[in-house]
Amino acid sequence: MKLIFEKSVSGRGCTLLPPCDVDSVSLPDTLRRDTPPALPEVSETELSRHYTELCHKVHGVNCGFYPLGSCTMKYNPRIDEEMAALPGFTNVHPLAPVHTVAGCREVLDTAKNYLCEISGMADMTFQPAAGAHGEFTGVMLIKQYHKARGDAKRTKIIIPDSAHGTNPATASMCGFEVVNIASAPDGCVDLEALKAALGEDTAGLMLTNPNTVGIFDEHILDITRLVHEAGGLCYYDGANLNAIMGVVRPGDMGFDCIHMNLHKTFATPHGGGGPGAGAVGCKEFLAQYLPKSALMDGGDHIQVRSFAGNFLVVVRALTYLMTLGREGIPEAAQNAVLNANYLMGRIKGTFTPAFDRICMHEFVLDLSEFKKQTGVSALDVAKSLIDYGMHPPTMYFPLIVHEALMLEPTETESRETLDWAAEVFCKLYALAHEDPDFMHNAPHNAQIGRPDEVRAARNPVLRWERA
Amino acid sequence: MGSYVPSTREERQGMLEAIGLKEYSDLYRDVPRDMLLDHPLEIPSGMSELEVSRAMRAIAAKNHVFATVLRGAGAYDHYIPSIVKSIPAKEEFLTAYTPYQAEMSQGVLQSIFEYQTMICELTGMEVSNASVYDGATAAAEAAAMCRTNKRRVTRAPAAAHPDTIETIRTYCYGTGDELRIVPQKSGRTDTVALREMLTDCVASFYLQQPNFFGQLEDAEAIGQIVHEAGAMYVMGCNPIALAILKTPRDCGADVAVGEGQPLGMPLSYGGPYLGFMATTAKYMRKLPGRIVGETVDSRGERAYVLSLQAREQHIRREKASSNICSNEALCAMTAAVYMAAMGPRGMAEAARQSMAKAHYLASELCKIPGVSLRYTGAYFHEFVTEMPRVQDVLQSLEQADILGGLIVDGAILWCATEKVEKAALDKTAAIVKEVLEF
Amino acid sequence: MNYPADLKYSKSHEWVKMDGDVAVIGISDFAQDSLGDVVFINLPQEGDTVSAGEAFGDVESVKAVSDLVCPVSGTVREVNEELLDAPEKLNSDPYGAWIIKVEGITGQEELLDAAEYEAVCAVAED
Repeated sequence: MKLIFEKSVSGRGCTLLPPCDVDSVSLPDTLRRDTPPALPEVSETELSRHYTELCHKVHGVNCGFYPLGSCTMKYNPRIDEEMAALPGFTNVHPLAPVHTVAGCREVLDTAKNYLCEISGMADMTFQPAAGAHGEFTGVMLIKQYHKARGDAKRTKIIIPDSAHGTNPATASMCGFEVVNIASAPDGCVDLEALKAALGEDTAGLMLTNPNTVGIFDEHILDITRLVHEAGGLCYYDGANLNAIMGVVRPGDMGFDCIHMNLHKTFATPHGGGGPGAGAVGCKEFLAQYLPKSALMDGGDHIQVRSFAGNFLVVVRALTYLMTLGREGIPEAAQNAVLNANYLMGRIKGTFTPAFDRICMHEFVLDLSEFKKQTGVSALDVAKSLIDYGMHPPTMYFPLIVHEALMLEPTETESRETLDWAAEVFCKLYALAHEDPDFMHNAPHNAQIGRPDEVRAARNPVLRWERA
Repeated sequence: MGSYVPSTREERQGMLEAIGLKEYSDLYRDVPRDMLLDHPLEIPSGMSELEVSRAMRAIAAKNHVFATVLRGAGAYDHYIPSIVKSIPAKEEFLTAYTPYQAEMSQGVLQSIFEYQTMICELTGMEVSNASVYDGATAAAEAAAMCRTNKRRVTRAPAAAHPDTIETIRTYCYGTGDELRIVPQKSGRTDTVALREMLTDCVASFYLQQPNFFGQLEDAEAIGQIVHEAGAMYVMGCNPIALAILKTPRDCGADVAVGEGQPLGMPLSYGGPYLGFMATTAKYMRKLPGRIVGETVDSRGERAYVLSLQAREQHIRREKASSNICSNEALCAMTAAVYMAAMGPRGMAEAARQSMAKAHYLASELCKIPGVSLRYTGAYFHEFVTEMPRVQDVLQSLEQADILGGLIVDGAILWCATEKVEKAALDKTAAIVKEVLEF
Repeated sequence: MNYPADLKYSKSHEWVKMDGDVAVIGISDFAQDSLGDVVFINLPQEGDTVSAGEAFGDVESVKAVSDLVCPVSGTVREVNEELLDAPEKLNSDPYGAWIIKVEGITGQEELLDAAEYEAVCAVAED
């Protein structure tokens, strides 16, 4: 398929603006651009068809099953889109007078109330634009807290080795040293390792529960108590909230601050990689450290991006929250867990779950023995799924399981879809024993064959150039 | 109650039985009993779609949408072509995940590759990433990428957007690095002060162009000063202005960043917006965030992949220079569609008209006794006027359904874009005149 | 797998050869095989101080990053800049593609001879 630049013909374009109705003005010579930017010159017909062609090479969750572990690819409701497109929400300036944006304030306050109740927190900000951004904000609350207490010794953040890469990266960005603790054989926090790591230099712990292997750590109250006794605070990574919302609250588990991914748990669309929103909630004693906007709010606060955050994403999340409400929130969580256990039950006759016990909203398959027997890797299985029109699950994460595939069906999948998915896995299991080579070369019917990633990294070509 | 769970009660019961369980509570066996919520959440009951639609529309109706917007200050009301709204709304683009599986995501990957190319063209740089959260975080990430073991300090101008300054300050606070602000003089960066403040521990200087007051800085000269001091030069630019303005590359910038909202994103009460980041080939591997690269597939056909991932958090973990995971993919696509729909001529036209209308408004306002420009240097589409009774002026404008400029230090920061008609500008001047004459 | 007898090896899979007072350092065949295709190497600068047992740079493959651990303490005299443009040489010729040369050696880690190192690798493979 051609790039849009390859379809460009000099002189083509769209007629979008009327002629200027005031006199023109020139930039000073020294500030003028030498040559115009080589942006595409295409008609609207070509532009439209180009993106239609691209669109046929994209797979969204509204198009098919997308069991990406830790991403919560649930159906994105259409009503959320309609509400986010209302001119009353889109055509409002962030710096408009407060009395003209009462609706915006109401969206943020109402969403805050819903989410504080769901998470067991007292206050919240929507300024962070994504999960990792929310992590940064949450850990900065901990940093400010210790600084205000005059406690400069607390330089370390404890993180389990099963954590998502953003956790240690966040801790480093906040100036903390990362203390990795090994997980116990059951994937949960090793309490002895935790005790050994805790001390007067502990600023806090970053944890997700259920953990990254999809298991609820039943010792969670001990964990948070131990950290508090050592003088540290507990940060909850809300990536896995879909398993427990309305059933258990992070605030009741002993967490002091949390981030939630509105684009995971609260059904706002992923957009191919954003925009999301990383709402950050905290207990009352940390509320004074939440970020604000210098221009909108004034005062002396940290700030993590301009203005108030990804407002239209919050509009979508609020629409979803209002739709589900008091009964729908726990219903979603319970069925997410049910679907995951059901799917795991259907698959475990062939592939091996890493932990053969009740899972939460996601489960991990361990393909290391399978690879030894057949030579077929988790990567080969994942690529083979593409030929069946299924987006592969998360691969090689978490790091504590080898040849891992992590599946999270979510609650919005029907039984037929789950049965079909299990059948596909069974087919591939058999195929791996019969014709492993076929799987080494998968996918065979996709948009492209396997890309040469080594070449891409060794000889980076990161933009189109005119020949 | 609204629900997106397809299964019926019977189906759910069947599924529980299939895995040997009786009820939902069996699924939560691992959760300590006293931690389970024993009462319903204290939030309203769920609603049908029709009820939700009514409720949200009622909230939206509490916002006032001004007929004319003359306020900028980091959020700009440009005309958004219809195709720029409809393309990113396509369900496939909207509901896709990050393109980690290249064989299923060539559409997303190619659109990002095209976006990267367009940003390079706009900024004159050689490499762009797939976007970051917004212009303020782009500036903060640029400051971080410029740091070396020996040079860690950041300088930023007082003439930059306050939210950008505070975001840079917060990120610096995170890593324990120093930020100092270079004062402004007559609305532009004080180059004498800048020279003094560029000591040999300074990693970079960030310049906003045009700056917060709308003034055009002497970017090339400042670049020379910065480089003479051995520091790196970061420029944060308005992307519409770049259609006609000297590129950051030509001004000597090492990194070009900016707020991409003017490229087809509505005001949206502040978000989602778009941070663009571009640099020279030399600093390619220091760019944070996702980058799409071109390669070939197993059949020798051209293909696109996420590349240079060894920079990123999921591989480097605590050694990553940034924790950024997502970008603003759909906003980047929106910007690419905007730049393709407008083309080089359309963008230059939007830039020229914005500039022309702002200068027209300024000259009409300055004809009014008591009104003068606070800063008299060259400007793009924003300017600051001194006048008495600013609150009364803005209130009267509001009554005429015009959102006037922003009050900044007792003066008004105005903005005009190609979207505002001459009649609205004339009406604005007339109202200001009337208020001040009274 | 190749274990040239005239070299010394560290447990973190670097090889060392003394060229007079200068230590020439690279990664072993076992290391390049474990890493997979190397796409980039982050090198120190000439004049940098290096310490035995600490990272002096890293090697990137598509999916991973591995630290290069220095077997000796001293000052970097020379860096093999060819590797910046052709990192694949680390895979095709690990013992020819030296990475850094270190002078003014003030200390070193425990180094193994070829036989001892081969034994270490055999255990690691299990």
